[in-house]
Amino acid sequence: MKRLSTFNIVSLTLGFAFLYIPMIILIVYSFNESKLVTVWAGFSTKWYGEVIRNEAFLDAAWVTVRVAFFSATIATILGTMAAYAMMRRGAFVGRTLFSGMIYAPLVMPEVITGLSLLLLFIAIGLDRGIVTIILAHTTFAMCYVSVVVSSRLVSFDESLEEAALDLGCTPFQAFTSVTLPIIAPAVIAGWLLAFTLSLDDLVIASFTAGPSATTLPIKIFSSVRLGVSPEINALSTIIIGIVTVGVLAASVISKKQISRAARDAAMAERDD
Amino acid sequence: MVDDKAFHPWDDPTATPLIRIEHISKRFGDFTAIDDISLGIYPKEFFALLGPSGCGKTTLMRMLAGFETPSEGRITIDGADMAGVPPNKRAVNMMFQSYALFPHLSVWDNIAFGLKRDRLDKDRVAARVDEMLKLTQLGKLARRKPHQLSGGQRQRVALARAMAKAPKLLLLDEPLGALDKKLRQETQFELMDIQEKTGTTFVIVTHDQEEAMTVASRVAVMNHGELIQVDTPGRIYEAPSSIYVADFIGDVNLIEGRVGAVGELAELNWAEGRSLKGQAGPSLEPGQAATLAIRPEKIAISREEPEAGNRVKGRIVDIGYLGNLSTYHVKLDEGPMIKCEVGNRSRLARRDFTWEDEVWLSWTDTAGLVLSS
Repeated sequence: MKRLSTFNIVSLTLGFAFLYIPMIILIVYSFNESKLVTVWAGFSTKWYGEVIRNEAFLDAAWVTVRVAFFSATIATILGTMAAYAMMRRGAFVGRTLFSGMIYAPLVMPEVITGLSLLLLFIAIGLDRGIVTIILAHTTFAMCYVSVVVSSRLVSFDESLEEAALDLGCTPFQAFTSVTLPIIAPAVIAGWLLAFTLSLDDLVIASFTAGPSATTLPIKIFSSVRLGVSPEINALSTIIIGIVTVGVLAASVISKKQISRAARDAAMAERDD
Repeated sequence: MVDDKAFHPWDDPTATPLIRIEHISKRFGDFTAIDDISLGIYPKEFFALLGPSGCGKTTLMRMLAGFETPSEGRITIDGADMAGVPPNKRAVNMMFQSYALFPHLSVWDNIAFGLKRDRLDKDRVAARVDEMLKLTQLGKLARRKPHQLSGGQRQRVALARAMAKAPKLLLLDEPLGALDKKLRQETQFELMDIQEKTGTTFVIVTHDQEEAMTVASRVAVMNHGELIQVDTPGRIYEAPSSIYVADFIGDVNLIEGRVGAVGELAELNWAEGRSLKGQAGPSLEPGQAATLAIRPEKIAISREEPEAGNRVKGRIVDIGYLGNLSTYHVKLDEGPMIKCEVGNRSRLARRDFTWEDEVWLSWTDTAGLVLSS
């Protein structure tokens, strides 16, 4: 192991401090006994109990998860189809325009996306609620999915699809039996990205949510406006915990895959 | 090379080609990839499309597979017009240059892939896959995934998968390009064995002339989207129809001059008052510019002036010792450099010639070929 120089240690410390001190403070204060967020009055887990018993938070959390699940799923299907059409069907008329239009929402200010969706829903007379949030999240998550999937399709060997056609598949069968299983990791990554984006979206959700459905970010934001409570700290700590476990699990899985690939390669060498 | 007596349907006027390619052209925008090609390929042939990269050989193969549609002309396979027939409806399978093995499927499932599309029942699929595994000696590896295989093994899986549906025609796109030289030579003979055993018609695309000569019953030499010559490997080598073919296949010395008398043999006046003889190539007129093509191994080298009809004198400037052969580069008094190959039948100590030696080169009247330039 190489030893770190003083300079490296200082840079690392500064960098990590910048990233994590706010979160550490939040976690520490979530265990605060006192009702006043900034005054330390001893260790307690009582705010976690409060969160779990708070019906409003639980309802909002359930809405958020459902919205994220459905919008991520629809966005993945549409985004994958769009990416596939753009990468595979060669130069059709208006392809540049089409691909530009798919990526435009990436740079579009969320306020504008939210506002335009709101106007649309009012125009067609759709009552705002969980359905409208799902539609809105699908709209903006779809372009992220298609970016992720098309970057995988760039390196996809097209002769695999040709081989499937050659062996008797229709183009649709070739897609489902060969292309899709191979690009599945990118599709899953796209789904996870869409799911996460939907989970923490505040702006678009607040334009399209109605009184019947509130997502967790909206709930947190509106309660913070009345003052930060230790309950919010506890809720945020739970979210940080879930995210950390997810990231750790993902990295353990990918590390296992790397070592398996190395073992396979060694096995092939031996037989040669 | 296939025995002439046993197999030469292209010389038999009653034989019907399996594949008829009639006046096929293919244009991509302004670029003409294939320019009015007509060709017949017979059942059980091992047919090679040979040419440098960009000559159109791959495009021609992809039209047979159905991945490209001809701009003009017609392709029939076993009497059926292929226009508008998609790849999945053709009794043609292809072995891809990259092998295109499905990485998410095992060797067994890769081979079974095409059979399952035909909705065969399970037992028949299993029986056919086992047959293919046996044919390509892959039995022990059936459960492996493609990334757990070596290059040679992958090549065999690709072949087994393409053969599994027992196609009328098997297309092979540079099938041995990814293998090292020794493995490639072994595999060439394996391919020929498998082709003979199954009786399938093979069309192979390659840029490697040695490979084409080794495996094929007939070779089509292509350049710039045109067929230059279609013939058996023997005739391609011994009787090339043009300088391009003579130069592309193997080593050749080219001596330029003007045609003198033309008969069975043609006379080539190449230096003041001096002439050489060779077999006359197609369409030669006395007086036109022409080239004598003579293979290095057909030239004899000697110190004394020989009796042979064609003899030239020069000085050795380079000797290449290749073990089984020695190559002499001889600079003729008249200017041209001639390459001559001599088999090393005796040991090194008895080698007769050395650098700067004055030598005579000679060959018989029928050894060379006079071709119009």
